[in-house]
Amino acid sequence: MAMTMTQKILAAHAGLPQVTPGQLIQADLNIVLGNDITTPVAVNEFQKAGFEGVYDPDKVVIVLDHFVPNKDIKAAQQSKTCREFACAHCVSHFYDVGKMGIEHALLPEQGVVTAGDCIIGADSHTCTYGALGAFSTGVGSTDMAAGMATGKAWFKVPSAIRFHLTGSLRPNVSGKDVILTIIGRIGVDGALYKSMEFTGPGVASLSMDDRLCICNMAIEAGAKNGIFPVDQVTLAYLKGRSEREPVIYSADEDAVYEKTIEIDLSSIVPTVACPHLPENTHPAAELGSIKIDQVVIGSCTNGRMEDMETAYRILKDHTVAPGVRCIIIPATMAIYRECIVRGYTTAFVDAGAVVSTPTCGPCLGGYMGILAEGERCVATTNRNFVGRMGHVKSEIYLASPATAAASALTGFITAPKEDM
Amino acid sequence: MQTQGTVFKYPDNVDTDVIIPARYLNTPNAQELAKHCMEDIDTSFVSSVRPGDIMVAGWNFGCGSSREHAPLAIKTCGIGCVIAKSFARIFYRNAINIGLPILECEQAAEEIQPGDRVDVNFDTGVITDETTGKQYQAEPFPEFIQRIIRAGGLLASLKEG
Repeated sequence: MAMTMTQKILAAHAGLPQVTPGQLIQADLNIVLGNDITTPVAVNEFQKAGFEGVYDPDKVVIVLDHFVPNKDIKAAQQSKTCREFACAHCVSHFYDVGKMGIEHALLPEQGVVTAGDCIIGADSHTCTYGALGAFSTGVGSTDMAAGMATGKAWFKVPSAIRFHLTGSLRPNVSGKDVILTIIGRIGVDGALYKSMEFTGPGVASLSMDDRLCICNMAIEAGAKNGIFPVDQVTLAYLKGRSEREPVIYSADEDAVYEKTIEIDLSSIVPTVACPHLPENTHPAAELGSIKIDQVVIGSCTNGRMEDMETAYRILKDHTVAPGVRCIIIPATMAIYRECIVRGYTTAFVDAGAVVSTPTCGPCLGGYMGILAEGERCVATTNRNFVGRMGHVKSEIYLASPATAAASALTGFITAPKEDM
Repeated sequence: MQTQGTVFKYPDNVDTDVIIPARYLNTPNAQELAKHCMEDIDTSFVSSVRPGDIMVAGWNFGCGSSREHAPLAIKTCGIGCVIAKSFARIFYRNAINIGLPILECEQAAEEIQPGDRVDVNFDTGVITDETTGKQYQAEPFPEFIQRIIRAGGLLASLKEG
């Protein structure tokens, strides 16, 4: 039977000639990931079960990114637990303050993950690496502990929805607008338990940062994974970066999909997901006068170099509107450094924004931008649930970096003009 | 195995951020986490829940973050079973892995009301609403997952080989 791209990767890692949707398999893992929130729970479970060592220290990746630099004493203890575990088990990919970045920006950037990999991560946005042509999915801490101990994980083979992309994006429209549009169309459980496979002639026009952003939010449609085919853009990105040789899988031509959804990229407009679900999407231009208190540009969804370039292009030589706090968070130390070298940091500060070192902080209401009762934020993050960024009566509007930057300048939710 | 208790009912798309807000994720301690379970949408839940009680919800329960702290907090509060129309996949996986019984049953999730007394038999998948006298049949787990549950969670099942 013909297989989708995801099914092919799973079959290869399970040592099977083929797999079918619904089948339960054990697959070999290339990478097992955890962060400063989920790793301590995994360490507890790992120790409680009496495992002595990790299966392969080179396959374990631990990134301190959610609450670092440590936001309080308890967070500091959690970081310490991760640090001690990484040291005791000779974990080679351990990223502490100074080297860390937001995990899903960091791992592709550093070449830790590559095409053809089978990856689990104790973080729901682990689905990001599908952009590189890998099977990659979020799990919990117990799965992380089991993966560290055995190098394997169990999966139910998913069926897939195919997104057939045509055309190319208009200026100041990005991957974020694509994925918000898709979630708005299919709903927050529209791809529950399934793969979202992106194909078609429109793929070639999407940058790697756009693809990473699109796959990052596959979980927001309930998907098990999102995945792009490997093409010249992928290979150019991986070249000189990937620690291991990429392996290219592609879907069979006669692979079976639950359905195919046509997406004309040229028809996509700046899109905003209004409170309190990512499916509650509207064209930014149609939202009317919604006054905002804060803007966050960053996160594993939109803290990459292209996002910083967009923010710079719109904010430079302008001033953030009175009454708006604009927080910009480059997602990795390499991006942070590049912002300094290129003069972006100076331009952001001159515009009245603040620039933080990498952290997930505000996205999940941890620190570095918590909202008070009744406050509204335009954020390039990925979730706008009740209380996600602070008070239960605060509101999050999810948007692209271009929309967020344009809104920071006006103080209202604002669609970016094409020539901004 | 079975549980019997009073129903707490919630809507569609209950996310893990409201089950256990991230501001409390600076500890992996289950007792600490349980103190704040559901507080952003139901401030009285923690003080009213009793061991064996049952949570009933709509579609896509547990969506969002992969935090295992969410099923852990629910389990530690004393909830004996979560019945929903559907579960988000990471929550589903995490619940099985830590031994929190969950059942998908659209009709039961639709009809059972808050405060009803409900009895759930995990071996047969039979859900009995003792308040209304109605019975529902949930899909039993596949054998592979039953083995994990019988062993007391994923890691224990791995140890058994």
